Amino acid sequence: MALPSPEDLKAQIEAGVPGASVTVIQNGSPSAQHSLLLDAEHARAVAELLRDHDGWRLDYCSLVTGVDWPDTETSEKVKVKKMVKAADGTESEEEVEEVRKTKVAGYLEAVYHLFSMEKKHGPVVLRLRTADRGASVHLPSLTPVWRGAEFQEREAFDLYGIIFDGHPDLRRILMWEGFKDYPMRKDYVPPADEIPVVEVHR
Amino acid sequence: MRDALLDRDVYEPEEGEIMEVSMGPHHPSTHGVFRMDVKLEGERVVKLKPVFGYLHRNHEKIAEHGAYLSAIPYTDRLDYLCSMTNNWGYVLAVEKLAGIAVPERAEYLRVIVAELTRFQNHAGLIGFLLQDMGASGTPLMYAFREREKILDLFESLSGARMMCNYMRFGGLRVDATKEWLDEVRALVGRLPQFVDEYEALLRANEILLARTQGTGVLPRELAINTGVTGPMLRASGVNYDIRKVDHYGIYDRFTFKVPLGEHGDVYDRYMMRLLEMRETLKLLEQALHDIPEGPVMDPKVRLRGLRPKAGEAYGRIESPKGELGFFLISDGSGNPYRYRVRPPSMINLTILEDMCVGENIADTVIILGSVDIVLGEVDR
Amino acid sequence: MLGEGIIQGLVETARNFFGSYTEKNRLVTVQYPEERHELPEASRNFPFLLYDGKDPEAGLRCVACQICEKECPPRCIHIEKSKDKKPDFVGKQQAYPAVFDIDVSVCMSCQICVEVCPFDAIRMDKVYELSTDDRFGGLLYTKKELAKPNEYYQKIHPVEAAETDGRRVKEAEEAKAKAAAAEAAAKAKAASAASAAASGPQPVVSDAIAKEKQS
Repeated sequence: MALPSPEDLKAQIEAGVPGASVTVIQNGSPSAQHSLLLDAEHARAVAELLRDHDGWRLDYCSLVTGVDWPDTETSEKVKVKKMVKAADGTESEEEVEEVRKTKVAGYLEAVYHLFSMEKKHGPVVLRLRTADRGASVHLPSLTPVWRGAEFQEREAFDLYGIIFDGHPDLRRILMWEGFKDYPMRKDYVPPADEIPVVEVHR
Repeated sequence: MRDALLDRDVYEPEEGEIMEVSMGPHHPSTHGVFRMDVKLEGERVVKLKPVFGYLHRNHEKIAEHGAYLSAIPYTDRLDYLCSMTNNWGYVLAVEKLAGIAVPERAEYLRVIVAELTRFQNHAGLIGFLLQDMGASGTPLMYAFREREKILDLFESLSGARMMCNYMRFGGLRVDATKEWLDEVRALVGRLPQFVDEYEALLRANEILLARTQGTGVLPRELAINTGVTGPMLRASGVNYDIRKVDHYGIYDRFTFKVPLGEHGDVYDRYMMRLLEMRETLKLLEQALHDIPEGPVMDPKVRLRGLRPKAGEAYGRIESPKGELGFFLISDGSGNPYRYRVRPPSMINLTILEDMCVGENIADTVIILGSVDIVLGEVDR
Repeated sequence: MLGEGIIQGLVETARNFFGSYTEKNRLVTVQYPEERHELPEASRNFPFLLYDGKDPEAGLRCVACQICEKECPPRCIHIEKSKDKKPDFVGKQQAYPAVFDIDVSVCMSCQICVEVCPFDAIRMDKVYELSTDDRFGGLLYTKKELAKPNEYYQKIHPVEAAETDGRRVKEAEEAKAKAAAAEAAAKAKAASAASAAASGPQPVVSDAIAKEKQS
């Protein structure tokens, strides 16, 4: 049985794990590797379903990636009714165009690429997103489901600061114990004695 | 005590003194700056913790700060013994991301250099493994003698012996001349005799058999669940070779077997690499026979200032160590938004503790040797 | 029998040892520095700048476009553009680098600067005996140390140099032909304008329109 399309997978997962919310994220590139965004609460149950389902047997977790999406600002032009003073002193109500900026909160993301060694198909791409980049950066760990995620989740914790609940041994892996910052984040500032890297925009 | 998961008898330490030894990072047998914190009961290992990060250069952030072209020389330095296959993994991911096609002759040349890389990697690895076992450098020097010939071929093709920087998205940097291909054919004609000699050196050696058979057993189910790939996985009996599964490049035009092991011990992993060396030579003969004429690069591809459409792609190849994958997220600009390497050496190390607990400390070294790690890839 | 495997191995070792006296393939040591390995044509180590002719300042091919500086992955090239210009090999006025530094301790010999240079100005050298006892200044190569003549390039990379020289000769000829054609066209135009002025009265044309026609 071949791997179903992302929409079919979404339907079957939502049927198999009650309460799970799955969103299909389209991929703009020619690789057409679309992904499924899961909610943190049911992620572990969905993962077990994917691994144990007879038709899919996604028993191999190949890659766990951390991604940093910083806070952005969106600006939109809004028509607002305002009291405008004319030159001769009279006030009148007019419609004025204003640029309103809203802050869109950023988040940290964990992306899982799953394959099947038994059925030799894949990849199925899962995404888990945190609520923000500051206080609540907890995500469920999928290491109890796939042991291959163990070192990679530790790396996502080390370099991004995502805390995986349920991980058997969550501590820094590449940086030394006692290192404070999260080096792969977009706003990481290297220590003052390092040569600054100048980003060249192309 | 019988361990259910590992399915073998595991030594249970009695009441006694646990000695903690830090093997590394300055150690001749840890294949780089790698440390193992080992807790010993006498000579038996009770607990083992791998510690690495001594060679961490934040390669992923460097690649995110530069353009897509600038990352290619940095990929040479990941698994520094196999720079050609590292290049291929990255350009494959970029080609998937941007939808770039590769000319025929370039695909054949990619297979030729990748298989030469695989041959010299396996030869060197067996040499290092046997040296760790005490064979004081003789097999290693024989392997390096042949490896030098392959590196000389790489130098006359790409300009450098190890940091080749040869592949580009959409093909290769330069074409190979007819003289170069004839030299490769001559070398591939002489190599089977070398593999016979190399194998005869230590294949039936009683000391080798006694030390490696039954040591460091990795059961099949645990190997799959831990994400182990490459010869280490196939030694445990799982038939998963990305060249056969993903059909990347033109590998489905060639006939080659995928050797499988039975027990998943150190001896099986050593034999995997020997048998893969022979399969590699068969692949090389076929590729050298069938290679067509033609261009090796599509001139319309923008190397400088490539701006793929926003999206993401995961491209993976069967490198000599395992599954080497590159995950790229593009936001439409000339720099990758997220660049991630899937390092097979690091993920194969996950299971090191389980394999070593209960063994003698001397065997820890050969188990690590059979995992085949290169610290440039583990730490990036 | 016990020990058979060990004896098989020793047979192989003996074959290699005694074979090294008879077969060249088995004796692979190069007695450096008395013997040196001959490097293949494509071999590369660190970059250098090319100049045509005898004068490194006047014949320097580099026009300080700074593309190599931008594309260099470890950013080891530092260029400062000059304020004045000098003619290049086709006669066009180009700027030149007032400062061209390569930090060889940072350079990773990837040769991307060579690939992207549109003016054939920077190429890879093969010299590897570059040790110095000055860790900082000794490994920062300035324009003076980097500039080498085209004859040197032809000696170390004959095939590449033949291709580059052939292409530059063709470009120079094309540029000369184009310049000659442009000059001939301008002369013809001036001659026809002069002959038209010499013949009969002209319709009245305002000064502005006449000026426009001339330019």
